[in-house]
Amino acid sequence: MNAAIYRRRRWRNRAVMTLASAAAMSGLLVLFLILGTLLVKGVGSLSPAVFTQMTPPPGSAGGLFNAIYGSIVVTLVGTLLGTPVGILAGTYLAEFGRDTRLATVVRFINDVLLSAPSIVIGLFVYTVMVVRMGHFSAWAGGVALALLVLPVVVRTTEDMLRLVPDSMREASAALGSPRWVVILKVAYRAARAGIITGVLLAVARIAGETAPLLFTMLNNQFMSTDMNAPMANLPVVIFQFALSPYKDWQELAWCGALIITAAVLALNIVARALSVARTGSES
Amino acid sequence: MNHIASVSIRSSTAALDVPAAALRWHNLRDVALREATRLSAILVLVLLGGVIVSLIYGAVPVLRAERLSFFTTEAWNPVTEKFGALGPIYGTLVTSFIAMLIGIPVSIGVAIFITELCPRPLKRPIGTAIELLAGIPSIIYGIWGLFVLAPFLQKEVQPLIISVFSGVPVFSRLFAGPPYGIGVLTAGIILSIMVVPYISSVTRDVFETVPAVLKESAYGLGCTTWEVVRNVVMPYTRTGVIGGIMLGLGRALGETMAVTFVIGNAHRIAPSLLAPGTTISAAIANEFTEATGALYTSALIALGLILFLITFLVLAAARYLLLQLERRAGR
Amino acid sequence: MNERTAALGGVALKKPTIEAQESHGTEAAALPEKISVRNLHFYYGESLALKNIALPVYEKKVTALIGPSGCGKSTLLRVFNRMYDLYPKQRAEGEVWFDGENILAQRQDLNLLRARIGMVFQKPTPFPMSIYDNIAFGIRLYERLPKSEMDDRVESSLKRAALWDEVKDKLHSSGLGLSGGQQQRLCIARTIAVRPEVVLLDEPTSALDPIATAKIEELIYQLKSDYTIVIVTHNMQQAARVADYTAFMYLGELVEFGQTQQVFTRPKETRTEDYITGRFG
Repeated sequence: MNAAIYRRRRWRNRAVMTLASAAAMSGLLVLFLILGTLLVKGVGSLSPAVFTQMTPPPGSAGGLFNAIYGSIVVTLVGTLLGTPVGILAGTYLAEFGRDTRLATVVRFINDVLLSAPSIVIGLFVYTVMVVRMGHFSAWAGGVALALLVLPVVVRTTEDMLRLVPDSMREASAALGSPRWVVILKVAYRAARAGIITGVLLAVARIAGETAPLLFTMLNNQFMSTDMNAPMANLPVVIFQFALSPYKDWQELAWCGALIITAAVLALNIVARALSVARTGSES
Repeated sequence: MNHIASVSIRSSTAALDVPAAALRWHNLRDVALREATRLSAILVLVLLGGVIVSLIYGAVPVLRAERLSFFTTEAWNPVTEKFGALGPIYGTLVTSFIAMLIGIPVSIGVAIFITELCPRPLKRPIGTAIELLAGIPSIIYGIWGLFVLAPFLQKEVQPLIISVFSGVPVFSRLFAGPPYGIGVLTAGIILSIMVVPYISSVTRDVFETVPAVLKESAYGLGCTTWEVVRNVVMPYTRTGVIGGIMLGLGRALGETMAVTFVIGNAHRIAPSLLAPGTTISAAIANEFTEATGALYTSALIALGLILFLITFLVLAAARYLLLQLERRAGR
Repeated sequence: MNERTAALGGVALKKPTIEAQESHGTEAAALPEKISVRNLHFYYGESLALKNIALPVYEKKVTALIGPSGCGKSTLLRVFNRMYDLYPKQRAEGEVWFDGENILAQRQDLNLLRARIGMVFQKPTPFPMSIYDNIAFGIRLYERLPKSEMDDRVESSLKRAALWDEVKDKLHSSGLGLSGGQQQRLCIARTIAVRPEVVLLDEPTSALDPIATAKIEELIYQLKSDYTIVIVTHNMQQAARVADYTAFMYLGELVEFGQTQQVFTRPKETRTEDYITGRFG
């Protein structure tokens, strides 16, 4: 054995492994830096007032209540609009449409929609809804978010249904089950946890989205429950306040950032716990 | 599945006496479910069609006014209503390139660490932590980038870079000052942080599909860990890794909020990476609500159309590449 | 082709009866056929998998289909409840008579057919529900029963499948928590809960350990008094143990059919004899 070659191989291995460890550590470092910054800058201004008062004009104290309300409402609307259609379309791809031309095309188109930049979706809803209606609205924001939820749910529903073995479907058919029973009562039941995980991940995705709301839902300095008008929401408020020169606004922006991140991370963790419980191991 | 013209009821069934109504009810629900799912699938097609059509429709005014010069001029002047998309396009491509340049090696490093080096009990927490990075909303990256990363780069890192490359022939222009903190490079760095969790989690998943016997036979020959990864794991998982990279690239190209905060919003192409610039998505995000005049709005929508086409091409190219790789591998 | 298939050629259409094999010379009475197969051809896409099968399945008897891997025995079994209909590339031509009708005819209500001809699969497939719901599932498809009646049906099915004593205290726990043998008995209970006339068993014990296998074979022997049973098995000893009649298949053809005793001790065809004596597997 040539000692020099071996030494070089050892050295090279050590170098790469050190770099790999450094990469992983820097990833963790960034995570902690970001979360740390959020905590340090956001917790300070966190108080009950944040959750009860409206967004203030510059220079005065206030809270984020209208923004939180708007975010919850528009996320809910987006989820409720996008999930049923997504589950149905995913069911078609996995059950009725297997091996059909339509399914292949829809799958590809769904991937395109999935990877479309969210700001482009916002533009689409702008031209189709906002211009048509003549004004910004929370409905338009909800539709934009629904368009982001839809492809995620289609994909995960199809993937989860495909994991259900055909032998289970056959067992149900062997008892005389019509197709709808095989799908709704057996396949869905078996894929249930996975589909729910997919929906939760979709919700986590849209909860933090800013771009599609920028020119559909806009923003509103006051509290509004009118779905047909601009409504405040956390991401756009953060956008506006963070870039402003006013200190109170900036503090509220960090507060809002902390709230959004906490909510999104909580959703992610719950979704993850569900999927681990389903498979009994890291999936 | 079962094509029935009429229902045949058997009164002679000794064990099962089924009313005709029950059978009709089942068949109705079968048809209803089939149609509902099929229509939903078609809706997906319609929606994408709608997106494309509406973007083209909105882009037409400015394209008619500027023709092809829209794609080749840098000047962006809302006052004189002269719009050129070159600045944003350049910014989008360069920031994504930087993001990939930094992000791909880092992601693969993370994946190697988690699959080969990491002690077993730490695998899950570290993997989850990296994936949590993907869950953080992009606006958070934006404000963190603006208020934490940019000042840090401005004070510590960028002066260092400028001085290091000041004599070097090509690179001195690439890394010329002044150190703004924000700029194209910063945006690229933030994007790289954002794509790492995506690429690394896909890479890690496919790394773990490599059969243990394959790796063991390489180790058995005396290979070092790196040699096993380079000669066994990576070729085996090639298609998956490329898929993950394309996923990350798609994300980088379309990323809006993080970039908007740190890129500086200047519609110009500067030779230095440390200078401010803009990307397509940042330009739209920053200017859309203040766009006065139909032509201005149309110009921004045209930018959106270009971005959509770019991401679509990346996705199609990725699909095609993967298809070719799989075909060549004989699968 | 042996004289068996030739004899099937000129039989009446309604409720056909066949002269039983004169193996012992004692059974001269005609046995009623629950299912009669005529000129059956089966295709996977373009390739022919079953060639001109003709076979009787006698009522309340156990008929075994044996043969080496790939001979078509599972394919034939799955024709009886038209399970192949779930897959577009598979089709059957010919006649399979069940209760006076050709079940291969397009007009069939397949769901109803499958409720009358049940199937148990090789791999136990309990549904992701409680044991009780697993049994009740099939019943609920077509009948609306009050709770007390449903409870009785569930109990009697589980008793019939020799599973009641082991699960009566945990009826509402998941079916997935049972052992392999118990799961298979659960699937059998589920199948007989809808009161079929025929039960098809596709290698029901090949995934089970010997003790569970023995329990299920015992079960088959008892079920025979109420149901017509067709069992596919690659285990010849199993066929010898449980079946009244045995059909030996090879490369998509029915080579020999007769009473199990006769097929195993005095096979008429050389191929049958070769398979039984282990000259090929």
